[in-house]
Amino acid sequence: MFGYSGKILHIDATTQNTSVEEKDAGYLKKYLGGIGLAVRLLYENTHAGVEPLSPQNALCFAASSFAGTTVPVGTKHGVAFKSPLTGFVGDCLSGSHFSEMIRRAGWDGFVITGAAPQWSVLFIDDDDVQFLDASRLLGLGTIETQQHIREWLGDENIRVSSIGPAGENLVRYAMVDNDGRQAGRTGPGAVMGSKRLKAIAIRGSHPIQVADMPNLLEETRKIIKISQGPGTAKYRILGTASNVLNMNKMGVLPTRNFQQTEFEHAEEVSGEYMHEHFTRKTVGCSGCTIACEQWAEVREGPYKGVMAGLDYEPLFALGPNCGIGELPPIIYLSRLCDDLGMDSMSAGVVVSWAMECYEKGLLSKEDCDGLELNFGNYEASAEVIKKIAKREGIGNLLAEGTKRASEQLGKNSGHFAMQIKGLEMPGYDVRSMKTFALGVATGTRGGDHNRSLAYELDVKGTTDRFTADATRGKLAMEKENFACILDCLSICKFARNCFEHFDDDMSRIYTMVTGIPLTPGELKAVGERVCNLKKAFNIREGWTRADDTLPPRVMKDPLPSGPGKGCFVSQEELDLMLDSYYQARGWTRAGLIPRSKLISLGLDDIAAELGVSDVEEQSPAEMVEVR
Amino acid sequence: MAEIGYRHIVCDPTKCIGCRMCEYACSATKTGSFDPSLSRIRVVRIEPITMTAITCRLCSDAPCILACPRKALSRSLEDGTILVDADKCDGCGWCVESCDFGAIIINPAVHRAEICTLCSDQPEGPRCVAFCPKEALSLSTPEVVSQTARREVVERLLQELVK
Repeated sequence: MFGYSGKILHIDATTQNTSVEEKDAGYLKKYLGGIGLAVRLLYENTHAGVEPLSPQNALCFAASSFAGTTVPVGTKHGVAFKSPLTGFVGDCLSGSHFSEMIRRAGWDGFVITGAAPQWSVLFIDDDDVQFLDASRLLGLGTIETQQHIREWLGDENIRVSSIGPAGENLVRYAMVDNDGRQAGRTGPGAVMGSKRLKAIAIRGSHPIQVADMPNLLEETRKIIKISQGPGTAKYRILGTASNVLNMNKMGVLPTRNFQQTEFEHAEEVSGEYMHEHFTRKTVGCSGCTIACEQWAEVREGPYKGVMAGLDYEPLFALGPNCGIGELPPIIYLSRLCDDLGMDSMSAGVVVSWAMECYEKGLLSKEDCDGLELNFGNYEASAEVIKKIAKREGIGNLLAEGTKRASEQLGKNSGHFAMQIKGLEMPGYDVRSMKTFALGVATGTRGGDHNRSLAYELDVKGTTDRFTADATRGKLAMEKENFACILDCLSICKFARNCFEHFDDDMSRIYTMVTGIPLTPGELKAVGERVCNLKKAFNIREGWTRADDTLPPRVMKDPLPSGPGKGCFVSQEELDLMLDSYYQARGWTRAGLIPRSKLISLGLDDIAAELGVSDVEEQSPAEMVEVR
Repeated sequence: MAEIGYRHIVCDPTKCIGCRMCEYACSATKTGSFDPSLSRIRVVRIEPITMTAITCRLCSDAPCILACPRKALSRSLEDGTILVDADKCDGCGWCVESCDFGAIIINPAVHRAEICTLCSDQPEGPRCVAFCPKEALSLSTPEVVSQTARREVVERLLQELVK
């Protein structure tokens, strides 16, 4: 085999036994790698209703199809598990060098089940698997843990994915960090913590063989050149933080827990301002030619010397969304979340929810352990984040995420819990971005922008973002399928504009690497297949149409100002768009997947388990089409 | 032609993003597969933002040549690269220890020292330079490096004076 090894490593953390499962080319081609392969492994290795933080949950890692080659930005890895935040599929895509090392250790992916009897470091050294005592590492931050392990094992080439105190304490939105990049959303760190794994260290000594080296080198060199062109300028020069001013101008920059969508200090927290006053260096993942990661350093004041790689999403969540209008504390808070090992997006939205509760009197100063949790109070924000990581005082409530925290607190605080399916919203107010409102409502992992990509349509003006109509279903589906192909190839989304003929180029490159023939049509089918696979996982967990919804604030409170003033997403609008989306997908009106659909996607085993009959469950609209 | 030092691969740490594309390109060229552990150029990153790539600097009084007990290393008269005589080298590693830059590797498969050859057999020259997305790598001499540095510092100072 080229590229792939055709081997999945299974690790039972309870017994510390391992086994090897072979996967053939036909199987790998259906899911490619990254998210596709990881989610498929999750589906196969869990059963319905598995408790996310129990030993029965599976934590699945999969390398990119292109890991460790010169294919630019193709070295991400996928992580899948049942999410402790949403109870549905949790899937993350992380960059850096871990993917390459999975492949060089001789694996296409690995699956961890069970829970170690004591805190351990799982060390995968080619095909040798050891559990090392991690007691000396407990309480350490993510990056510090990685440095310790490299020193301890005496090899700088070892790559480490680790959790911080947040993961140890089962914060539901704890993340897994590797070399400063994260499997960030939906709580993989908590799942890893529940398995009592402080870190996973990998060392691989195998070369990566490809099917057609001369042509691959020639082809990838061309892409490297193109990737320095206008298609990636935004990411190369200012990084994603350049969104701040755009979003502010569009009136969709979430401010003070989505109470406003224009921020009076947007200028001072903009990508442009950061670039001029704070950015020290841009850094890339392995095989990355873009280097979007802007390392910002605070030059003076109480946070002097603090550095963080700051993207738009943590910036919005910890900054404007918490009413904080200066970069130094935002850089500090972002670094704090990274070190403590929690998703800075969820953390920011959780803190902003608590701030609104505090200002509305739903949480007292006493409830907040004596902190004055007003919007803009960054010192209190930092204290709260530290408490969350330790599950101490108010932190114990907030460690549960906005959905559970608002259910526990009651007092109608769920109205402004900015979450979907339990996952906190990304940095776009969707009240005046109606295509994306559909994309985010139907997202299988909850309030997330990356799997949907539908925001692009509203931002670029391809669609009328202020109104909803029945064309949005197909448009959102197409974007989601495309995003999914990127996630399965594990090509970074920031390179999506580097290819004139994406399907042709990518399928050709795939064959150069793996030797497995793949037509552009077959590549496209992977996107649809894996979107359905993730949905099937959710259906198995009891998903219903009512889960594809939006936060009450988005559906009830009109936007107070800006170009979209007065906009909100009504239930009628959402229903109209949901119908169009399910129809475009070939699903029933209830959002379930007909057996014939699953079979046509090559998911026969799932069809037998979950598929609904084609006739009875069809919506009237679909019946017409079927005839 | 005046002797101005051998050309070697230079990395500008302010441009290097730590992507390790050079390691992939080098190992692919030299071994036919992607195997960064056999790359003759290696990227070093000290968290979080200090990074650069290092390979043979073609030192004038090359300590590796002096260190070799079997006289397996010699200098190419053509381009100054360090040549390894495969018959004489037994992979003892004294050259590795003598190199201040960690630019020599022992290939465990053949027990032999391997050093950057500047891709003298490649029509377009060094492959790491060709694949570097940020033009951080260049084939340069000490004199050219210092010329560039002088130009840059003057440009910077003059700009500040104009302000």
